[in-house]
Amino acid sequence: MVPLHWYLWLGSLMFCIGMAGFLIRRNIIIMFLCIELMLNGVNVNLVALSHYMQDLRGQVLTLMVIAVAAAEAAVGLAIVIALFRNRPTVHVDEITEMKG
Amino acid sequence: MEYTVWIPFLPLIGFIINIIFGKKILRTQAHWPSTLAVFGSLVLSIMALWDVINGKTLNYDLYNWIISDNFRVSVGFLVDQLTAVMLIVVTSVSFLVHVYSIGYMHGDSGYPRFFAYLSLFTFSMLMLVMANNFLQLYFGWEAVGLCSYLLIGFWYEKRSASDAGKKAFIVNRFGDFGFGLGVIIIFLTFGTLHYVPVFGRVEEIVTQSVNIYGLEINLVTLIALLLFCGAVGKSAQLPLHVWLPDAMEGPTPVSALIHAATMVTAGVFMVARCSPIFDLSHTAMNVVAVVGGLTALFAATIALVQNDIKRVIAYSTISQLGYMFLACGVGAYGAGIFHLYTHAYFKALLFLCAGSVMHAMAGELDMQKMGGLKKYMPITYWTMLIASLSISGIPGLAGFFSKDEILFSAYAAGGVGRFVWMLGTLAALLTAFYSFRLIFLTFHGDFRGTEEQKHHLHESPPVMTVPLLLLCIGAVASGWVGIPKILGGSNHFGEFLSPVLHHPHYEGVTHSEEWMTMGLSVFVGVTGILVAILFYIKNPSIPVRLAQSFSFIYRVLWNKYYVDEFYNLIVVRPVLFIAKSIIDAFTDRKIIEGIVNGLPALVGWTGAQLRKTQNGILQHYGIIMATGLLFILVFVLIRAIT
Amino acid sequence: MDVGYPVLSVVIFLPIIGGILLAFIGRHLESFIKWGALLVSILTFILSLPLFTNFDKTTHLMQFVERKDWIPQFGIQYYVGVDGISVLFILLSALITILCVLISWNSIKEKVKEFYISLLLIEGAMIGVFASLDFFLFYIFWEAMLIPMYLIIGVWGGPRRVYAAIKFFLYTLIGSVLMLVAIVYLYLKADTFNILELHTLALPYKTQIWLFWALLAAFAVKVPMWPVHTWLPDAHTEAPTAGSVILAAILIKMGAYGFLRFMLPMLPEATKSMAPFLIGLSVIAIIYGGIVCLAQNDLKRLIAYSSVSHMGFVTLGIFALNPQGIEGGILQMINHGIVTGALFLCVGIIYDRTHSRQISDYGGLASIMPVYAGFFMLFTLASIGLPGLNGFIGEFLIILGAFKAKKLTAVLAATGIIIGAGYMLWLYQRIFFNEVNEKIRGLEPMQFKEALTLILLAIFVIWIGIYPNTFLSFMHVSVAHLLDKVHQATPETMVTINSIRGGF
Repeated sequence: MVPLHWYLWLGSLMFCIGMAGFLIRRNIIIMFLCIELMLNGVNVNLVALSHYMQDLRGQVLTLMVIAVAAAEAAVGLAIVIALFRNRPTVHVDEITEMKG
Repeated sequence: MEYTVWIPFLPLIGFIINIIFGKKILRTQAHWPSTLAVFGSLVLSIMALWDVINGKTLNYDLYNWIISDNFRVSVGFLVDQLTAVMLIVVTSVSFLVHVYSIGYMHGDSGYPRFFAYLSLFTFSMLMLVMANNFLQLYFGWEAVGLCSYLLIGFWYEKRSASDAGKKAFIVNRFGDFGFGLGVIIIFLTFGTLHYVPVFGRVEEIVTQSVNIYGLEINLVTLIALLLFCGAVGKSAQLPLHVWLPDAMEGPTPVSALIHAATMVTAGVFMVARCSPIFDLSHTAMNVVAVVGGLTALFAATIALVQNDIKRVIAYSTISQLGYMFLACGVGAYGAGIFHLYTHAYFKALLFLCAGSVMHAMAGELDMQKMGGLKKYMPITYWTMLIASLSISGIPGLAGFFSKDEILFSAYAAGGVGRFVWMLGTLAALLTAFYSFRLIFLTFHGDFRGTEEQKHHLHESPPVMTVPLLLLCIGAVASGWVGIPKILGGSNHFGEFLSPVLHHPHYEGVTHSEEWMTMGLSVFVGVTGILVAILFYIKNPSIPVRLAQSFSFIYRVLWNKYYVDEFYNLIVVRPVLFIAKSIIDAFTDRKIIEGIVNGLPALVGWTGAQLRKTQNGILQHYGIIMATGLLFILVFVLIRAIT
Repeated sequence: MDVGYPVLSVVIFLPIIGGILLAFIGRHLESFIKWGALLVSILTFILSLPLFTNFDKTTHLMQFVERKDWIPQFGIQYYVGVDGISVLFILLSALITILCVLISWNSIKEKVKEFYISLLLIEGAMIGVFASLDFFLFYIFWEAMLIPMYLIIGVWGGPRRVYAAIKFFLYTLIGSVLMLVAIVYLYLKADTFNILELHTLALPYKTQIWLFWALLAAFAVKVPMWPVHTWLPDAHTEAPTAGSVILAAILIKMGAYGFLRFMLPMLPEATKSMAPFLIGLSVIAIIYGGIVCLAQNDLKRLIAYSSVSHMGFVTLGIFALNPQGIEGGILQMINHGIVTGALFLCVGIIYDRTHSRQISDYGGLASIMPVYAGFFMLFTLASIGLPGLNGFIGEFLIILGAFKAKKLTAVLAATGIIIGAGYMLWLYQRIFFNEVNEKIRGLEPMQFKEALTLILLAIFVIWIGIYPNTFLSFMHVSVAHLLDKVHQATPETMVTINSIRGGF
């Protein structure tokens, strides 16, 4: 049996890697992947705790997160493609039209 | 006597017809409705006079004008002796002026408009004199002011004319300001504005006084002085006389009707009408007398040196109005109204003669460019000469009787009366002088105008000269109804008015003193004429030399004591400066608008500072979020530990 | 009383429904839309006439009452009715809208459909404001009217229209928000939005003062009282003619109406103690407004500032708190609506020809458009209070009332009449007299349709001038009742303004 805290460490690690990647990388696709990594870090936590507490609600929430992530990936990638059609870059520093 | 209601309303109908149909349909026939209407009023006025002589007077309400809680005022008419006299004066002069204008205004592009205004004026003036309450008096008061404004500015394309009209209206508003407040105080004191109850109860308040910022003022005095403010404005007395000379920009028939015979005398009429109030206040009476006396002399001195024929007559009018107030101020209201009545004829005649001269001279007003007109226009000459003799107080003519009665009353009243009597006698000397100066400069000597003007000289058509002749009868004979007892008459005029205007009784004044004042006034009149003959016929170099050796006085008189300039300096310019530079440019645009626009600007600035954090770079947002998260985590951890 | 149809609902909703129906008409059918709008406005006016003919002048109770539950959970009702204070405003609104439709006939050339829709919506909302007896309903109409007005200024206005429209909107909205707070507070206190029930509420003095300030913010901005008047010149100047007319004739009356409907009866003690302060502001407005007029070069701006001065008279009369003052104030509102409305119509008529509002671009116009000059003269004279015309009656009653209340203010207010004569006659001289300005030579004379609108108003100018009792008689009983309510307030709360300031 792998103890719970291993899963929790793994989840946290994934989340931190994702977050670091999101903050450091400038390629919008990579940033996307990092967001997915963060979500999956959370998912790992949720599943581990669900099993540990013998409560199915965590797993249901995980499925929900996966579904939302899928939808989000679809929409996000579509935006990226639309963006890429208008300007030949995926570098976020150059996309600042939404500033206040 | 209910027919009297048509006296004012006939001219109103004339006005309505003319204003609607005059321009398009009546055109050169536009004089018909107005002239017929005023003729109808004249006939009715004579009937009314006849009824009043037979002892019938009338006071009735037409309808309730304004009702608000306990404030009730109606439109109604009071026809008594005083009103009857005024009706005759107004309608007769108005009718003659209408007829004269048919000739004088012939061919003017505003012909229908002119007659419409004349009708409106006649209506307003009749409403004023027939009113049975103060608010209707005020209505007529303002309405005649409006007509005066419209008619002074009749030739509105001339800047000086439109300026003069505006000036007349605004200066009058200063007087009306006091008048209106007086009316309000009368209502609040008596609870009504109708003459009869107010005059009936005025003695009850004679001891009351009001405290105005520490100044204790008798209530009756306050009311009387406020009403007198209105009279000062309308009748062009010091210090609000400035509008009347400028009013000469209007067509000459207007000057004759409005600015000599009727409207400007409304102030005198009002003071006489309110005599029960004025009688109870010595202070107010003395103010009236002194203002009248000073104005009489003041205006006469200016008239000495003016060259504009109409302005000389205008200053003469101011001076004569001063006489009327002088009379009212010493309690001789009857004498004041008597002078009002005779003055209406001889002064209207003077103006219409001046108009006739201008007609011949193609609008020329400068007497220095006239001269020798006697042989070209004999009717005008003789009628004007008679009017001038009348105003100079030559025995037998109208002006003699009324002026003499005023001067005698002033003398007999004693106290302030003696002082104003001296002013009046001195003014009589000047009056005779400047009147004949006008005659000599205009009609005697050689013609000083251009050849073209000379070629054009002619006597006016009958439609103009007939009114002159009719007015001339008035200038000669109108005084005969008031021949004093000392000359074997019985002063019918004064007796007739006595139910309204009680006759002052002078005690301790002997017949010899009455003869003395009369002799003195005739003497100064004749002296004035003789000096004028000396100056302008015998030796024309004297006035020139006098003007040179007393150049300071001459300049002051020539510039009318600089009163206009003074008002310009202390009223007009400061008000405009405050309006433009302080209130509009600073208070409104800087302070108030500054705050109004400043608050949104502050909000906007704050927003602008905050938006700098929204730079559109995703990672910045991420870092801020992560930092926030970190803070929360640390916060939770600390909470958990402690 | 019974006239067979719910008069108030009909006159409120007929224009609103008419406006909505216009939205379904194709925009190319321009003349159809114009005629439709005219028809609706005329019909509204005709249907409002029972308010004039069947009005019972012997009672202060609300008449033509209609009452239905609307949101019963909060006690909000659709509750309308009129008394002697409000009835004349409804008639005036209905009349003025017809004139606005007529005057916009040729001058509005773009987005015609939307313009007439806005106009009709404003009419419905305006009448709703004057008829509402439910505070919530009142607030809805109050705010509803703001939006079409904002559009009229912002879309069809002059060059600085956006600035003016936003200024107008924000100014009014800030005031209204404070009123909303007061409404909510009153609801929590009294558990009702019913205005008549709120009238019977006896609030403690301190509360009254706070509510007074909140309501004052809303109404004073609308009037507009000095010193919150600066939106008015901008809004008037930039609005199209119809917008200016509605603003001058009806919209700014709502503030003063609010004083009469809410502040005097609901907050009598606060009103009495604050009256000297408000009278002071009114006198400042009269003189200040008049003096600013002397400095204006823009025709519409001048008339707008003259409105500030005239509305100063209105508020002066209201806060004199006596019958002459209030009746004079109400009458003066009607008068000002007619006269200033007419003056803006007049300005619109020449603006359509010259597209200039600069006074210096005119001169000698009396020779070119004599009939027009005659009308303008009539309205000028009415504006400066010539006896025999309507302005005089109102001003005289107000000054009489003010004199009863506070003598000095009446004297100062009367100087406003001198200034009034000054700026109006100077304006008239600069436009109509003197030599003909070359820029305006050859303008076409006034058309019959234009003259028609002015004739209609001229009739009222003279009617009120020579027989004001037709209109004054509507007010007597209601005003007396209102004053009873104010003066019932306990005398120990009669505090001077100084002690109030100390209390804060």
